[in-house]
Amino acid sequence: MIGQTSPAVEVSGLNIALDLPDGSSRAIVDNVSFAIPKGEVLALIGESGSGKTTIALAMMGYSRFGATISADRIRIGDMQIDALGERALGKVRGSRVAYIAQSAAAAFNPSRTIISQVIEPLIVHGLASRKEAREKAIGLFSALALPSPETIGDRYVHQVSGGQLQRLMAAMALITDPELIILDEPTTALDVTTQVEVLKTFKQAIVASGATAIYVSHDLAVVAQVADQIVVLKDGRMVEQGKAGDLLRSPQSDYTHSLIAAARPVNRAAAPDEAEALLTVEAVHAGYGRVRDGRAAIPVISDVSLALGKGCSLGIIGESGSGKSTLARVIGGLLPASAGAIRLGGELLAPGLAGRSREQLRQIQLVFQNADTALNPMQTVRDAIARPLAFYHGIRGAAADARVAELLDVIQLQPSLAERRTSELSGGQKQRVNLARALAAEPRVLLCDEVTSALDTVVGAAILDLIDALRRQMGIATIFISHDISTVRAFCDEMLVLYSGRVVETCSKAAFSTPVHHPYTELLIDSVPALDPGWLAMLGERHAPAIADTPADEALCPFLARCPVAIAGTCDSQPPSLRETAGMRLLCHAVQPQLASEALNQ
Amino acid sequence: MAAPAANAPVWLGLTRVVLQRIASALLTLLLVSIVIFAAASLLPGDAAQEVLGQSATPEQVAALRHEMGLDQPAVTRYLDWLAALLGGDPGRSYIADMQVTELIGARLVNSLSLAGITALVSVALALTIGIVSAINRGSKLDRALNIVTLSLVALPEFLIATVFVLLFSVKLVWLPSIAMVSPEATWSEMLRSMALPVACLTFVVSAQMARLTRAAVADQLDRPYVEMARLKGVTFRRIILFHVLPNAAGPVLNAIALSLSYLMGGALIIETIFSFPGLASLMVNAVTSRDMPLLQACAMIFCAAYLALILIADIVAILANPRLRS
Amino acid sequence: MNGRLAARLAAMPLSGRIGFALVLFWLVVAVAGPLTAPHPVGKFVDEEVFSPASAQHWLGSDYLGRDVLSRLMWGARYTVLLALGAAALAVATGTSIALFAAIRGGLVDEVISRAMDTLISIPSKIFALVLVAAFGSSLALLMLIAAFTYIPGNYRIARALAVNLVGMDFVQVARARGEGAIHIAWREVLPNMIHPLLADMGLRFVFIVLLLSGLSFLGLGVQPPHADLGSLVRENISGLPQGASAILSPALAIATLTVGANLLIDALKGGGEA
Repeated sequence: MIGQTSPAVEVSGLNIALDLPDGSSRAIVDNVSFAIPKGEVLALIGESGSGKTTIALAMMGYSRFGATISADRIRIGDMQIDALGERALGKVRGSRVAYIAQSAAAAFNPSRTIISQVIEPLIVHGLASRKEAREKAIGLFSALALPSPETIGDRYVHQVSGGQLQRLMAAMALITDPELIILDEPTTALDVTTQVEVLKTFKQAIVASGATAIYVSHDLAVVAQVADQIVVLKDGRMVEQGKAGDLLRSPQSDYTHSLIAAARPVNRAAAPDEAEALLTVEAVHAGYGRVRDGRAAIPVISDVSLALGKGCSLGIIGESGSGKSTLARVIGGLLPASAGAIRLGGELLAPGLAGRSREQLRQIQLVFQNADTALNPMQTVRDAIARPLAFYHGIRGAAADARVAELLDVIQLQPSLAERRTSELSGGQKQRVNLARALAAEPRVLLCDEVTSALDTVVGAAILDLIDALRRQMGIATIFISHDISTVRAFCDEMLVLYSGRVVETCSKAAFSTPVHHPYTELLIDSVPALDPGWLAMLGERHAPAIADTPADEALCPFLARCPVAIAGTCDSQPPSLRETAGMRLLCHAVQPQLASEALNQ
Repeated sequence: MAAPAANAPVWLGLTRVVLQRIASALLTLLLVSIVIFAAASLLPGDAAQEVLGQSATPEQVAALRHEMGLDQPAVTRYLDWLAALLGGDPGRSYIADMQVTELIGARLVNSLSLAGITALVSVALALTIGIVSAINRGSKLDRALNIVTLSLVALPEFLIATVFVLLFSVKLVWLPSIAMVSPEATWSEMLRSMALPVACLTFVVSAQMARLTRAAVADQLDRPYVEMARLKGVTFRRIILFHVLPNAAGPVLNAIALSLSYLMGGALIIETIFSFPGLASLMVNAVTSRDMPLLQACAMIFCAAYLALILIADIVAILANPRLRS
Repeated sequence: MNGRLAARLAAMPLSGRIGFALVLFWLVVAVAGPLTAPHPVGKFVDEEVFSPASAQHWLGSDYLGRDVLSRLMWGARYTVLLALGAAALAVATGTSIALFAAIRGGLVDEVISRAMDTLISIPSKIFALVLVAAFGSSLALLMLIAAFTYIPGNYRIARALAVNLVGMDFVQVARARGEGAIHIAWREVLPNMIHPLLADMGLRFVFIVLLLSGLSFLGLGVQPPHADLGSLVRENISGLPQGASAILSPALAIATLTVGANLLIDALKGGGEA
């Protein structure tokens, strides 16, 4: 028997090595040890390649790509995992140790009903009859705040939203009352407003089940909400370990410091106000399919207007599907607007690429989200950067080489990298080359579409710093598109909030700090986890449920179904009115921006 | 975010999707008929001249041209041909002085039975090899089967036939090398005479089918839901039966349909070698004698059969896949 | 370049190296074979027909008493070069059309793809037979027919690759820069398709070898006085009961060529995921 004080999970001297084709092996996890008292949550935090998921999977005696697990000890309760054979491990997995994967959409079998998979652990381990299992599943569905718990399980994966799927997977893990639950980035694929809800439910469910848990994540703020202990990992090694609160308050290692700094972007100075407008977008509509009367068959953005001042920065924020990337494509001419006008320096731009002059195209440059796909893998760094030099400026030969070297210097890369294929670069290096290519055109407007979302936090923060420094230095007006409101807030002079393809709020940096916002903006602000273990608890019940559809009538407020302050009889019958004061425009009946200007004056 | 599906609209939607696929297949068949008609009767020299030979007088040729309708514009001829074809009359053979339907009749049945038996044998064989290979991925067995099937798909049909004849008819004298299929033959005689053609065709078809099946099953084995099932402690057997096969069904069916279309190409050679009185050898004769009405009819039958196979696989895959179903 | 090829070969499984050796062997035979053939191709050199292998005639004699080895060397030239030409033509044409369709998109793409879907639903051997019946079977026509038969297959693969690449951000970047269709096709898209396209060309080559020798075997392909490997099998079919070398050698020659090519392509693709 295990004594009272003995931890529920104990790992010491864990090594995991990958066998390489040439016969050698490479350590991907090196000498990791930790212990978790019963009922507590341990977080494994690190960037991609830190080995965090590999360690978590080793708790079930499972490794990917045939990697070899060896350890002095992996003990869960009375089980010595490292001593078990494959057959015995099969009995442990899904019954005493359960796993929740990052993407439930991929982890559920698409051609079986969800409930048949949720109850599968009970059935295959012979723990319950089909009928009992079903009842238990339905009980868990309602405990996890899923809508229509009686019937939701009879659906298939493609019929359920991402946030709901993640909870359904939690039900699948909890159904056998496991001793240890492993949560592998369970909220990373979700939108920020959904993430909060799921996080809250998970936390309650873990506490209620009394299980011990390992929470794998790259996001310190998320981890702060759920973890009792944190282990910081880098390149398969433990960097630091401690109680969650202590570690976040006073990190010991430089690496943890840099992680925390990257999670909290520092506010940048705003531009001198009222700069002359350089780029304006006026009542633009765009979408896909046949266009009739200026409206596409599948509209994505409607009636979007914005103005970007010379040398200023504008942040566009919205969740996936809000149309923010589409807006960037429309401004860049890749997707012609179906109605409305786009002007650059007062000059009207044609909606499509074909109608724009080379000089106009040069002035607006896009930097895409995913550097892996934004660079042609068959080209060298030099090819990629030299092409716009030749195309726009006619610079070739030695002059081009010199300019490429200069640009590499600007983006802080070694000149020797010029000869490398872009496919041989790291993610951060790629994104820098991506930026250099845009700068080579000497644009007046830079469109940055989620430039850090594919990067690790620290690398991404460095890229943002670089873009911010360069745009100020070169006086390039910049649009940052992001799903992360704290980034936008730190880097942008002005912010625009998109919801369902419509602008629900525009506000200046100064007005941002006032308490008056569109209810959706408020929801976004409230949904960003703070680096504070008490944040989730404090949040309380302020949140509107994030499970609803947009109203059928296009003219009505798109946020209506989720709005906590909607006025019955007004919001559901009249189109929202545009309210405008200094530094702020809102599309809402319920919120009075006058309050904002008053707040500003205080 | 999809709404929960009520029963009636699902069936309605399903019928619509299935009807759409059928319509699309029919449209393709129509387009195919244009291509075949164009290739076979618009571009080449004069069919009337061909039939009458070099010694015919220009008057005779002109008279026959008129009789055959060759003096009509191409579109009219195509429409006439299509209308007749739809009415079940693909025309009259230039060479045999018979209705094409008569020539085809019995041979179609022979070819269908040859194809049917081959399909049964090869589907069973290929599914076994493909699935066994996929679930033992990377093992010695899998690698050996990979090399064997890879080599088999590249073998010319006549080599397989030659070796089989040498082995079973010449050396062992077990089976006849000529496939006589007469109406009076008993079942066992039938089977004996069809054994070699079926064996050869099975070789040709099942190697390809096994490869495609393996790829389809292996692709499913790499999906995250399989890893999830393993992490739930589900046994390998159950993973294959409960999780993988339902998802692999669509692609595997597609693979079967595609490979069975190889049957037609293989049958051209195999029927000829074994003097099997089937449609494929009839088509080869039609090419040799440039008997265009017969050639067109045979080609249309093969294309229709191919499209029907793909269509059936497609529809079954839709029925098996809940996502396509809704 | 040579170093890379050698490294690639060394990394290959045994089956791939065997495949490489077989393909190389037949390429050499196709180019140099006729020069080194021991006897003139049409000359009657043996009193006996279907004689077995001997010191004078390494592969025996054929149904007219001609030297099988010499005829095989000539036949290999027709088979390999015709198929190589047809495969290159099919891939060049199919890929060009695919790039055009993928970059243009919209209606152009839809119409071309529908047309190709129609052609692809005619089984390739059936299609080739119809074309041979219509146009005849001179060497040039055979090459064109074989190429035309396999254009739709290559189109389908190349288009799938191209559409995927055209949707990639780096192509969007090039378009937003204002690059023309030619630059995008040639510089951005095509270089990223080269490897799968070469593999596809290898497969088309195998298909075409089988198609052309099948046609010749049926008497519908290469016509006398020319003879490819398929024709050799056909003309010696009467030697089958004796198991004559004259019929087995050319059939095995085709098999070693196509199997070798298949093994090589499979190994280059990474030998499966094993």
